[in-house]
Amino acid sequence: MSKLNLQKKSVAPNVTGFPAQGGAGSNPGNVVQLPSHGSPSVEPLSKRETKLSVKEIVIGYHNKESGQMLLTVDRVSLDVKEGEIVSIVGLSGCGKSTFLYAIAGLVPAQGGEILVGGKKVTGPGSDRAMVFQKASLLPWRRILSNITYGLELNGVAAEAAEKKAHHYIDLIRLNGFEDHYPNQLSGGMQQRVNLARALACDPEVLLMDEPFAALDAITRELMQRELLTLCEKMGKTVLMVTHQIDEAVLLSDRVIVFSARPAQIIADIKITIPRPRGGVTKDSAEFRELETRIWSLIEANANIGGGI
Amino acid sequence: MSGHAETLNKSLKREKQLHLFLGAGVILLFLLVWEAIGGFELVNPLFTSSPSRVVKAAILLVKDGTLLTHLTVSAKEFILGYAAALVIGVPIGIALGWFKGFSAAFGPMISAFYATPRVALMPLFIIWFGLGITSKIIVVLLSAIFPLIVNLQTGMTTIDRDLIMVARSYGASRWQIFRSIALPASVPFMVTGLRLAAGRALLGVIVAEVFGGSQGIGYLIQYAGATFQTDKVFVGVAVVATTGIILDRGLHRAGRYFDRWRGDTAVG
Repeated sequence: MSKLNLQKKSVAPNVTGFPAQGGAGSNPGNVVQLPSHGSPSVEPLSKRETKLSVKEIVIGYHNKESGQMLLTVDRVSLDVKEGEIVSIVGLSGCGKSTFLYAIAGLVPAQGGEILVGGKKVTGPGSDRAMVFQKASLLPWRRILSNITYGLELNGVAAEAAEKKAHHYIDLIRLNGFEDHYPNQLSGGMQQRVNLARALACDPEVLLMDEPFAALDAITRELMQRELLTLCEKMGKTVLMVTHQIDEAVLLSDRVIVFSARPAQIIADIKITIPRPRGGVTKDSAEFRELETRIWSLIEANANIGGGI
Repeated sequence: MSGHAETLNKSLKREKQLHLFLGAGVILLFLLVWEAIGGFELVNPLFTSSPSRVVKAAILLVKDGTLLTHLTVSAKEFILGYAAALVIGVPIGIALGWFKGFSAAFGPMISAFYATPRVALMPLFIIWFGLGITSKIIVVLLSAIFPLIVNLQTGMTTIDRDLIMVARSYGASRWQIFRSIALPASVPFMVTGLRLAAGRALLGVIVAEVFGGSQGIGYLIQYAGATFQTDKVFVGVAVVATTGIILDRGLHRAGRYFDRWRGDTAVG
């Protein structure tokens, strides 16, 4: 079905051949449709409610040898509005992934608090879902039941979960692969399943930990565009950690630059390139300028911090 | 399929046939030489026997029902001992791998037991359980149980940490992680354990019967040997070897079924 549905939109050139989602008819009833970024009816970002709020968070761990507390994240505050896509960039080992894991509830924080939809985070919960750097699919499960895995753990009935999973299979263009095992899929395909598994849970905030870092350059480029289309279509609130500055600029409404460890925010840059960005070329002056600016911020910080 | 692939397939097939032919040829040659040694009386056939004598002895043993009687007893010992090892060993292995406290408490004791040759305990088992079938079942049980315990424990402790992280991120409870990740992840280890255990159990049956018994294939071998009936010894050995091969192949097949998700064909 998806192959026939490759209608090209005039507004957003569909670079990846991503099937434009059909009308209400093709959308299973139980999938909530969030307003799309591009549509004019959506309120501007500044007026939307805050979905994720991180207040003065401190994350550290005890060094067993010295018995000292080593700070990873030092009093970082961050607000993400509904439907906003925010990326965090920084040197490797700066604590940005730890920060994300803390929001996911997988790493305890020593101070401050994290609120999702106004509720305090005390551990993992179904209001958040994480897309991991490694696809980490359960190898003994077929693709369909890998996508239902998160729903299953949240107690969703098998039938409802499968119905949802079919919808996301369509969305990530893996029709026909439902009954394959992860080992039979390429890295890019596996990563799409990883994404679908998280999306299927319909989280309030989608967390992504360098989702394309393990892919080859070509696949990564394609996946970025695919994710861009997907995000703009679904209007999800997204917090993403990445090493790729171009990826951050292309996808995000804001790019947060983290300092070297212990992580602090050194810049919060608004990306005003209009959406939908389907046709944005990474060679445009605006894009280049943003990239250079972010890169120089990171570079300056690397020198201060004593190098990489 | 392209013509190139077809040619490749054909040459692969031919190579396989050649290998089969070579394997069978060597076995045939061995049997011929063995027959000749006995037939030309190069060595007293009392010591070496010969394929034709072994076949004759086998037919005789089958006809008078001796082989079946002994085989039944051995099979019973094997099945009961192996089943007991499965029922006891699998939960112990899982518990050792899953509960750190359990492993700390019982790990050393089990390792010590593992290091002890079970056959050395045979006299004790005979004192405790008599010369009947029970003492044999105990030996089979103790032979088969350790590969199961060790493999399952390994399976449980070598689970991919990333998968557990995924499960935790979706709010999985410890029980859910156990059921949805730890158990399926240890299936291949269990299959390996079952194969190793089958081999050990078979050895346990024969050794226990040779050591002290009045029935079973092991006893048949021991008795035939003691009375210089080399033909019968070879019949017994052949029966044991065949059983071993069938068990191993069968479990290998079963294992491949449970392992089918490990396929290596990638698309796209």
